[in-house]
Amino acid sequence: MKAKVCITLKPGLLDAQGKTIKSALESLGFTHVKDVRMGKYLEIELNSARPSSSKGRARSRAVSAKKEVERMCQKLLANPVVETYRVEVIR
Amino acid sequence: MKFGVVVFPGSNCDQDCVYVLRDVLQQSVTTLWHQESALHGCDAIVLPGGFSYGDYLRTGAIAKFAPIMRAITSFAHDGGLVIGICNGFQILLESGLLPGAMLRNTGLRFICRFVTLRVERADTPFTNQFQKGQVVRMPIAHNEGRYTIDPKQLRLIQDHVAFRYCDANGELTDVSNPNGSTDWIAGITNRAGNVLGLMPHPERASEDVLGSADGRLVFESMIHTMSLA
Repeated sequence: MKAKVCITLKPGLLDAQGKTIKSALESLGFTHVKDVRMGKYLEIELNSARPSSSKGRARSRAVSAKKEVERMCQKLLANPVVETYRVEVIR
Repeated sequence: MKFGVVVFPGSNCDQDCVYVLRDVLQQSVTTLWHQESALHGCDAIVLPGGFSYGDYLRTGAIAKFAPIMRAITSFAHDGGLVIGICNGFQILLESGLLPGAMLRNTGLRFICRFVTLRVERADTPFTNQFQKGQVVRMPIAHNEGRYTIDPKQLRLIQDHVAFRYCDANGELTDVSNPNGSTDWIAGITNRAGNVLGLMPHPERASEDVLGSADGRLVFESMIHTMSLA
């Protein structure tokens, strides 16, 4: 199972890098850019358990994997003061 | 009275801190490697500047898991003096020993120059040798120095702001804020006042020959506090 994690600055915080990227895009001729925010993307591959015969069990493993990766975000991967995160688990 | 200067892999200001404390101020100093789990009788802890753990993930994020940090957290909760300089400030923020967070400088450039600071409080263990409102000079050297805190918490920490970025006249202006820090905040203490974090480097402003000796007063304030204990 693989978890895809996106970590971005909380909305409302000035994203200086995003703004700079926006200016650079505009100077390249991309005139329809309203805003750019830059974040971090992590791929976390989890040790897979035995393949499941039941769809329900596989789904509940995905749910608990998602919860575990969310805990990783809360403890280390994101700074909860200024960052927000999104976790997607794929099989 | 003994100072402990913590060394993480990637710290690079530890020797400057040791030099100022030991050779300029004649204090007993030891270094504390990040793997140690005891403070060996130190009365004050210095978290120096640098790039601990390469600033991997986020600056100061990995340091909070170092064995030494558990001992320092207990020490701080028991009222021990802890000063975090630059990367040290970032580590204190990530550890939750100080409120808020540090972001990339608004101008996206690494800034390495002297700044003027206004002393906001002269009654902390780190500032009792200054006068309130005094304008001092210390250098900064950072790319992630934008202190950030939400508006509600900002109101609550007003009394704990130790230094603000000001101009030569002590005024807070757009130009005087080098990195976009919220409320021009350059340094704060915790509620109890025994933990200080600041982005400027007092250890680089402790001898006149280097352009300013104002930073020495931070360490002298700590020495004064420790001598009263």
